[in-house]
Amino acid sequence: MTVGLFIPCYVNQFYPQAAIATLQLLRKVGVEVVYPSKQTCCGQPMANSGFEHLTQECNDLFLENFSRFDYIVAPSASCVLHVKQHLHSATDPAEADRIRSNVYELVEFLTDVLKVENLRARFPHKVGIHQSCHGLRGLYLAQMSELNTLPFSKPVHLLNMVEGLELVTLDRPDECCGFGGTFCVAEEAVSVKMGKDRVTDHTKNGAEYITSVDLSCLMHLEGILHRNKSAIKAVHIAEILNSTL
Amino acid sequence: MEKGMKDHAALAEAFINDEERVDWHDGALWWIRQKRDIASKQIPEWEDLRETASRIKNNVLSNLHDYLLQFEANATLNGIKVHWAADAEEHNAIVYSILKDKDIKQMVKSKSMLTEECHLNEYLIERGVDVINSDLGEYIQQLDNEPPSHIVLPCIHKRKEEIGEIFHEHLGTEKGVSDPTTLTRFARRHLRDVFITRRAALTGVNFAVAETGEYVVCTNEGNADMGAHLSEVQIASMGIEKIIPQKAHLGVFLRLLARSATGQPITIYSSHFKKPREGQEMHLILVDLGRSRQLGRVDFRDSLKCIKCGACMNTCPVYRKSGGLSYHNTIAGPIGAILAPNLDMKKHADLPFASTLCGSCSNVCPVKINIHDQLYQWRQVIVREGYAANTKVLGMKAMAWTLSSPTSYSTLGKAGRWVLNNIPFAVNNKFNPWYKQRDMPDGPKESFDVWYAKNNGHDSEKD
Repeated sequence: MTVGLFIPCYVNQFYPQAAIATLQLLRKVGVEVVYPSKQTCCGQPMANSGFEHLTQECNDLFLENFSRFDYIVAPSASCVLHVKQHLHSATDPAEADRIRSNVYELVEFLTDVLKVENLRARFPHKVGIHQSCHGLRGLYLAQMSELNTLPFSKPVHLLNMVEGLELVTLDRPDECCGFGGTFCVAEEAVSVKMGKDRVTDHTKNGAEYITSVDLSCLMHLEGILHRNKSAIKAVHIAEILNSTL
Repeated sequence: MEKGMKDHAALAEAFINDEERVDWHDGALWWIRQKRDIASKQIPEWEDLRETASRIKNNVLSNLHDYLLQFEANATLNGIKVHWAADAEEHNAIVYSILKDKDIKQMVKSKSMLTEECHLNEYLIERGVDVINSDLGEYIQQLDNEPPSHIVLPCIHKRKEEIGEIFHEHLGTEKGVSDPTTLTRFARRHLRDVFITRRAALTGVNFAVAETGEYVVCTNEGNADMGAHLSEVQIASMGIEKIIPQKAHLGVFLRLLARSATGQPITIYSSHFKKPREGQEMHLILVDLGRSRQLGRVDFRDSLKCIKCGACMNTCPVYRKSGGLSYHNTIAGPIGAILAPNLDMKKHADLPFASTLCGSCSNVCPVKINIHDQLYQWRQVIVREGYAANTKVLGMKAMAWTLSSPTSYSTLGKAGRWVLNNIPFAVNNKFNPWYKQRDMPDGPKESFDVWYAKNNGHDSEKD
C-alpha cells in the first residue's frame, strides 16, 4: 500500500510542521508515503466562493498528482471533503470517481483504514478539541449534537491513546469557529466574534492547547489568540499524535 | 446587492458593535437549541420521524398540483371559500376585497410570515384598514415599526428594557417598567379588547390537509383562536407548499414542529379549522409567490419542504451573532438565505454567502432540507448569473491562475512567506480584513515542499 500525501496549499506554506508531523506519523505506523511535489490546491476557496467553474485546472492537477495511489491522505478535513464532493474530470471521470472514494482525512485514515489501536505518543497537557465542521458534519468524524444517534468520536479515540493528555469538556462541543474560507474576510465581524467565543469556551474550561483536524480553523483561532496575547496554543492533531515530548 | 443597500456583512457588523446584546441574543437562541436537543433525544424514533416527514414532503412536492386541487374541492365542500393568488399583489387585493365587501375597516391578525412576505399590513393601511398583529412578539415589532427578526421568536433581538420603553411610548405603561409579566398582562388586556371588537381575523396556516379540506394553525398564545372564533369573517393565507396529503400525517409533523421550534413536546394550541360556524364566512387564500418557480429549480426544490420551525436559525452561529434583521428579508437565517434568491436574486445575492457552510442547519432540520448544500449551490448560480462583485471575480480568476501552475504557486508562496517575515506591515494594515482583529500566521522560513525536497530526496518528484 502506497499513500499519496496531500498537503493543502496553506498547510504547505504556513504550517510545514503539521505536514512534517503527518508524514512522520504515517511512517511511524508503517505506511509507505510519497509526497507528489507538483500539488497546489484542491480548489475549495474558489468553489465555496461560487467559482467552482474555475477549478477545472486544480482538478486536473490533482488527478495528475494522485491517480497512481491506493490511498490519498491529508491533514485537513475541509480539503478532503472538497475533493470527495467536487473532484471531477472531463477526460477521466472513472479515475476521479476512484479518487473521491480513496481520499482520507488523516484521523479517519488512522482509525478506519489502519485501525490503529496504540500510538507511542506523549503530550502531558490539557487539550480542547475544536471540531472542524467539515470533519464533523461533512466527513462524520464524530457524532454531532444535532442528531439523535449513538455518540462516537474518531479524534477522541486517537487522543485517548496519547500518554498524559487530558481532554477538557467544552460548553458547546461542536460549534463552528467562524473561519468558513473567504467568509473570514467577507464577513469579518461575524467571523471574529464566532472565533472569540470559540476561544472563550476553551479558555474558561481550562485548555492549554486547542487542537483540530483542520488547520484552517486553527489559523483563525490562533490569529485571535495571538492578537489577545493568550497563553493558549493552537496545534494540529497530527503534531499531538506524533509528539514524544 | 442593490446599490446603496447595506448587505448582510455590514448590517451584521452594526449588530455586533453592541457585544453585550450579541452575547445575550446568542445565549438565548442557544438555550432554545439545547431545549430542542433534549426534547428530540427523548424520542427514540426521532431520526425516523425526520426521514418520514422528509418523504411525505417529497411526495407532496412531486404531486403538488393534485393535492392542491383535492384540498380545494374538499375545503369548498366544507363551506370554505377558496381563492388563488399568484403573487403578493393578488393576495393583498383578495384580502382587501373580502374586507371591503363587508365594509370592515379593522382586522386582527395572528402570526403569518406569508403576509409579511406580501407586506399586507402596509397595503391595507394605505387603503384605510387598520391591522393589529396579535402574536405578542409580532405586536411589539409592529409597535416599533420593525419586521420580525425570527419566524418563531419575532422580537428575540430586543431586550425587555427596550420593550418596556416601546410599551411606554405606544401604550402608555409607566416609564421604566420592564418586568415581562407586567408587560405581557398589559398587552393581553389591550389585545383582548382588539379580539372582541374586530369583525375580521386573518391567520396563517401551518398545515392544510388535502384529504379533509381542513387546516391547522399552531400558536403558543392562542391568539389565532381568539381572533378566529370571535370574528364574523375569518381569512387564512397559506403558501401552496403547506399541503400535506392525509390527516394521519399531522402526527409526524406536529411532533417534529414544536420540539424543533422551542423544545416543547407540542405547541400549546394546534387548532383545526374545517368549516365556518353559523353566520361566519371562512376564506382561504392559496398563494404561490415564487413557490412554483422554486419547485422548478431542481437544486432548490427541497427548500419548499420547510415547516417554519426556526430550528436552523437557532442553531446557526452566524444568525445567532448577526441577528435576524441583518438578513434584510422576511425569512431570515439559513432557510431564508435559500428562499430569498428565488424571489429576487439581485437583492439577495449576499445571503447565500452569509454562512460558513458548517452544516448544522441541515442536520437540525426536522424535514431534512439540505440547507448548506443549497447555500453552496446558490453561490454558484449567483456568480454564474453575474451578481458577484467585479473585484471578487478578478481575485478568484487570479487565484485560479496561480493555483493551476505548481511553479507560480510555489513562487508566490515563497514571496508571501518572505513578505510576512520581512515586511509584515505590507499585510498587517487596515486594508487587510484578516488583520483587523486577528494576527497573520507566522511565516515559516521554508515551506513543506522545500523541507521535503531536502530531507526526502529519494521519493520526491522534482519539478
